[in-house]
Amino acid sequence: MVCDNCHERDAVVNLTTIENNAVRQLHLCEQCAAERGVETTVAAPKHPLGEFLQAMQQQSVPASTDAGKCAFCGLTMKDFRDTGRMGCARCYTTFESSMRELLRRVHGGSRHIGRVYRAPKEEVLEKAGVLGELRDKLRRAIEQEQFEAAAELRDRIRVLE
Amino acid sequence: MTLDLSLLPDGGVRWLDASGQHSDVVLSTRVRLARNVDGYAFASRARDGERLRVLAQVREALKEIPAMPESFMVRVDELGAADRAILFERHLVSKELAGLETQHPLRSGAAVYLSDGLSVMINEEDHLRMQSLQSGFELRAAYAALDRVDRELGARVPFSYHSEFGFLTACPTNVGTGMRASVLIHLPGLVLTKEIGRVLAGLQQMGLTYRGLYGEGSEVVGNFFQISNQTTLGRSEEDLLDQLIRVVGHVIEREEEARRVLLRDAGYIIEDKLWRAYGTLRYARSLTFDEAMNYLSGVRLAVGLKLIRGLSVYTLNKLLIFSQAAHLSAAEGRSLSESETNLARARYVRKALEEEAGAVG
Repeated sequence: MVCDNCHERDAVVNLTTIENNAVRQLHLCEQCAAERGVETTVAAPKHPLGEFLQAMQQQSVPASTDAGKCAFCGLTMKDFRDTGRMGCARCYTTFESSMRELLRRVHGGSRHIGRVYRAPKEEVLEKAGVLGELRDKLRRAIEQEQFEAAAELRDRIRVLE
Repeated sequence: MTLDLSLLPDGGVRWLDASGQHSDVVLSTRVRLARNVDGYAFASRARDGERLRVLAQVREALKEIPAMPESFMVRVDELGAADRAILFERHLVSKELAGLETQHPLRSGAAVYLSDGLSVMINEEDHLRMQSLQSGFELRAAYAALDRVDRELGARVPFSYHSEFGFLTACPTNVGTGMRASVLIHLPGLVLTKEIGRVLAGLQQMGLTYRGLYGEGSEVVGNFFQISNQTTLGRSEEDLLDQLIRVVGHVIEREEEARRVLLRDAGYIIEDKLWRAYGTLRYARSLTFDEAMNYLSGVRLAVGLKLIRGLSVYTLNKLLIFSQAAHLSAAEGRSLSESETNLARARYVRKALEEEAGAVG
């Protein structure tokens, strides 16, 4: 099919317009479609943030201070644009200036003013980790009917608790 | 692993028992907090081993917290598809955690901790999605219960937190408080008076958003809407809750006003329409899900207007859950084709209404 506008190139876009309450079908080539403001090269967004991210991508290149790849999980800004999801907590510092800009646009601000969080102290985590391990061992000891070992493990758990 | 929801009061649907505030209009209140465990990649980017370590660490901590008494864990990744669908239909896990979305297949380490009204999904989009479900319009109570779980768990497991951005989540739309508070609200009056468009547009201006019965991406059926906050950053939890309480309170007033107008100006037309809905549910031999939802919406409205008496709102609310495909299959003890599902649904609804029929008038 030939383009309805230039009558030269092949039509690749079907454009439905409503003018004066009448529906009109137009078959346009890529150039003529672009002149009318119809984007033909950008794929449809796959997730809720997609449209927004595409707009951002077209408007601003990620700030030069952002590294190319997250050192912890390997995520790149391209991965983020494809999925709409960050890879890990470190990504937020790796791409901090882009994220600040994005968060401002999504939420209208980038500063958290809700509940302030302080992570538990090392000893607490250490103790929790050790306790978990001991409990696992205790369960295995009981399953294998090693009751002497189980009693010893139970005592160690009690001391820690 | 087999799924046994009888461990929960009323099989985990007590949030539908119509005991909360404004329960003729608001079915339930849900608040959820998204958190990630520091030191691991987020769930969809983590390796199997990392997700299992997250699960082990959280499981150990959850055992000790008093805010979730009598809780038990379900390894979602060890369940068959039918059981996972049941959990999803009962609103106990998200579609993503249940592995029912084509773009998000079931993840190793996917699990849920359940107790009465509170749950913690593990290895969802974020490592932790904690949620509180309550009957009726009870945002403050729902948040208070959840806040305790958050504080007790956060004191035992380190959460990912940024001094400027707040709690970090996989999707930037949840960063900050990580909180999404929502009410499931039934607005047939506003739909019938065609005022709903203006109300929904108003919500968006107030920074709120709405969805269908099953959250993000789901369509509105049976005049059931989920209204929630849209942003999570830059305002405190209390602020976000206050705003939602204020606006939803206003929506409830508008709905009640619309119902009064309908009764006053079109009383017999409405009465006829709603009794016909009841008649269809009571006698139909085949019902699609959407049909059932729409007629149930009508009957729910009739009960709210006291046109139909003797039918409990809890019975109607439960029908929303138990007349879904996976629940019907489970009740019949085999997988059903679409047409068999529609037959089973009509049978199920008939039976439920028959049991209360003596009192209806």
